[in-house]
Amino acid sequence: MTDNKTSKEQKYDRQLRLWGDHGQEALENAHVCLINATATGTEILKNLVLPGIGVFTLVDGHKVSGEDVGNNCVSITIFSKPKVTYMLNDVVLILQNRAQAATELLQELNSDVSGNFVEESPDKLLDNSPEFFHRFSLVIGVQLPESTYLRLGSVLWEAGVPFLICRTYGLIGYMRLIVKEHTVVESHPDNALEDLRLDQPFTELKHHVESYDLDNMEKKDHSHTPWIIVVAKYLEKWYSEHNSQLPKNYKEKEAFRQLIREGNVIHHIPRILTNENGTPEDEENFEEAIKNVNTALNPTKVPSATEDIFNAEQCENITSQSPSFWVIAHGVRDFVRNEGNGKLPVRGTIPDMIADSDKFIKLQNVYRDKAMKDAAVVSKHVEALLQSVGKPPESTSEQEIKLFCKNAAFLRVVRCRSLAEEYSVDTFNKDEITSCMDSTDSEMVLYLMLRSVDRFYQQHSRYPGVYNYQVEEDINKLKLCVNSLLQEYSLNVNVKDDYIHEFCRYGAAEPHTVAAFLGGSAAQEAIKIITHQFVPFNNTFLYNAMSQTSATFQL
Amino acid sequence: MAEGEEPEKKRRRIEELNENMVVDGGSGDHTDWQGRWDHVKKFLERVGPFTHPDFEPSTESLQFLLDTCKILVIGAGGLGCELLKDLALSGFRHIHVVDMDTIDVSNLNRQFLFRPKDVGRPKAEVAADFVNGRVPGCNVVPHFKKIQDLDETFYRQFHIVVCGLDSVVARRWMNGMLLSLLIYEDGVLDLSSIIPLIDGGTEGFKGNARVILPGMTACIDCTLELYPPQINFPMCTIASMPRLPEHCVEYVRMLLWPKEKPFGDGVGLDGDDPTHIQWVYQKSLERAAEFSITGVTYRLTQGVVKRIIPAVASTNAVIAAACATEVFKIATSAYVPLNNYLVFNDVDGLYTYTFEAERKENCSACSQVPQDLQFPPSAKLQEILDYLTENASLQMKSPAITTTLDGKNKTLYLQTVASIEERTRPNLNKTLKELGLVDGQELAVADVTTPQTVLFKLNFIS
Repeated sequence: MTDNKTSKEQKYDRQLRLWGDHGQEALENAHVCLINATATGTEILKNLVLPGIGVFTLVDGHKVSGEDVGNNCVSITIFSKPKVTYMLNDVVLILQNRAQAATELLQELNSDVSGNFVEESPDKLLDNSPEFFHRFSLVIGVQLPESTYLRLGSVLWEAGVPFLICRTYGLIGYMRLIVKEHTVVESHPDNALEDLRLDQPFTELKHHVESYDLDNMEKKDHSHTPWIIVVAKYLEKWYSEHNSQLPKNYKEKEAFRQLIREGNVIHHIPRILTNENGTPEDEENFEEAIKNVNTALNPTKVPSATEDIFNAEQCENITSQSPSFWVIAHGVRDFVRNEGNGKLPVRGTIPDMIADSDKFIKLQNVYRDKAMKDAAVVSKHVEALLQSVGKPPESTSEQEIKLFCKNAAFLRVVRCRSLAEEYSVDTFNKDEITSCMDSTDSEMVLYLMLRSVDRFYQQHSRYPGVYNYQVEEDINKLKLCVNSLLQEYSLNVNVKDDYIHEFCRYGAAEPHTVAAFLGGSAAQEAIKIITHQFVPFNNTFLYNAMSQTSATFQL
Repeated sequence: MAEGEEPEKKRRRIEELNENMVVDGGSGDHTDWQGRWDHVKKFLERVGPFTHPDFEPSTESLQFLLDTCKILVIGAGGLGCELLKDLALSGFRHIHVVDMDTIDVSNLNRQFLFRPKDVGRPKAEVAADFVNGRVPGCNVVPHFKKIQDLDETFYRQFHIVVCGLDSVVARRWMNGMLLSLLIYEDGVLDLSSIIPLIDGGTEGFKGNARVILPGMTACIDCTLELYPPQINFPMCTIASMPRLPEHCVEYVRMLLWPKEKPFGDGVGLDGDDPTHIQWVYQKSLERAAEFSITGVTYRLTQGVVKRIIPAVASTNAVIAAACATEVFKIATSAYVPLNNYLVFNDVDGLYTYTFEAERKENCSACSQVPQDLQFPPSAKLQEILDYLTENASLQMKSPAITTTLDGKNKTLYLQTVASIEERTRPNLNKTLKELGLVDGQELAVADVTTPQTVLFKLNFIS
């Protein structure tokens, strides 16, 4: 058991550093359904199998085609039986069902993963047993015709199962995420502001700052005092002279910085720190203080995204069915409105800074202890809340609450509209489409073209331009589809003929490099949904391999 | 085809399929089955409104890909494995791959051409074996070597070079090598001597892909500021004022290990040896306890010692795919290539940004303009050395400086050979005047970041 654990830790080391052991656990407990083992489908699955998804089920009613074998990353592992001759291998595989072939080969990539296959078209499954899809953490539909993904979308929306639609169409990649409500505690923002509370120091911080006497320190201590203390001290001075108002604009912040520069004088010890020209230099920690004035003096307040979460209906009305995200959110909200005095629980971390070990650790502990205290208060609120809806206090763990408090400023809730809403003439996002199309080469035109080829497929039971002889005449047929689409939605936009020609040219091809780009992108979005870490896109993503550009629209 | 089909029907069907498996324009002894390259052919045999101005639809482009085009892949790791697959499945058959590493268990979460049984074997060889064994007709030639071990004649044979490296130094060297292959006639660049370089890089959920046409577009060194120098912790912090768990690990690695030599004299710290890491971990815990620092874990220890960069399959798949798309575009002129830099980040949604990186007029690698060095004659040679290593646009690692004095070639300072380092060390403390250097003196500098020496011109200032 320990051997397996260590070997998994070693194998997954590079990704554990991104989503942690708990993220990995979520991944290993997930069961993903992928429909259609095309190049795109197998690429997505490969990028889920490698990091160790628990179980996957591949649904595909097709047989392997010559095209698949040339294009499918699965073909990379096809000829795994050296005894059988090369030619015979091809034939045998081409006779094989795609789902089975792909499943066997994907499992080779990671022995920790379990794979199943269902040799059935999704339409058949929807006809006979739509509940089949209810068991999955996520369903990924690849290269599906419109009628199928609309049907599936409706079933999954009702069942509350997230649905990710992916298609590679020529040099265009498309993804659509459909999930009613997806909560994220650990969004891991790239550039997060620190939570230092310098504008309104909590009691323990105030006392700690008071313990420093900058004017009567040894030189060594003075130059190894954390910049947070320095700024806090000078802010006290500033407050006394400015009616307790923070420096607000550039002018005031510059004046504050000057205050620190001038104050960097030790009264009873001669200046030792001078540069080669003999002029006095700021001590490094004071330089740090000056540099951080810009960000350290921002007023502490609840970010709007978190405020929205507090005001959401799900947060207000807690029931015994409420997910723990909303229960804890309500608890934090109670804290903010009471003990927190309008502020979130203290995060508890400080950045590294020039200081001697002792001063730094003591200061760090002041923040850590306050964070723990605040989290404990939140816990009390959560406990009371759980009791009021008849749930045991163990329903949410200490760890969960601590993690939530630490990330209180970074919480995100993503709601991706249903396909029904996107497609309905009454609720489709006309504004977004029209304003994007002001620029006729916006990625939005690619979306309109995909909708149009779907229309073409509906009418002709095939995609445009698949065979060379079809390209010419299909251009006009596709143009009719474009026009009927624009008319149906009363869209007064210009779709250039060039795009209609290009989409006929594509002939519904699925070039491998575009499939691979989408495969990586989609897999990571799937991992976000499963781990509830990092933030998924909302809700339509388009990739253009010709220009190597992309865009995200909320449709 | 139904499972319960009669054996006779099945046999006839197999024959039919066999007959149909004739290549569209055969290539040597490999037959391509029907439909194999359909997805590629649509882009090579059809006209289109967005194709490259030079593009002409023909069946010859596919043949060029299959029979003639030679691609060099540098690196068989996270990006390299993906690149090999992408290229092989896009019709490229003549591929060489260079990688000096062997397979580690921590590679297996993304370097999918490798299996647990391959741990310890050279990446280039296993990758080549895998692709060759499974993609009929594809011929990947492995080179278990450093890129520096191969010469001009080797690199000159390729149409396109695509890099999936994990070091800036190696990128710069590759960049320099392709620049050195450029031919100028009367100051005019011979376009046929250009070997395009597609470069990809990833780190966690971030990545970038760029297209470099040596001699024409921005090169790696033109945008060196995009790779800021690695920040190391100050020595005084490590030695006497640790605050973070990382400081404790660095203390053990840099100060304690050389002092205690726990595994014997002359035995260096091997980040891949778990017993070494375990020792560092224990000692780091002790160090941390001394200063009441929490947070030292085995994982953190290993991360600091090996300078580990987190990595996942998905980012590598995306960036390699973007690079392979560019290789395809350039090899076939099917579309206008990326001009010239793509940035990708999928931490929050999916974000891409495409821009044209500009050439630097006085780039030390590609501008052919001798680099200016402005120093007073009283400056010490050490100052020039510091400038070469610290300047953001140069970022040299261990430059060797030579010049011509009294008609003879003289080494002013060289670090990489111990005996020469010892002999030339006193020069560092001498002034430029004392060394006999004059205004306008040309200094030739060699460094691991470039295969060619860089010429500098000394300008004396007062």
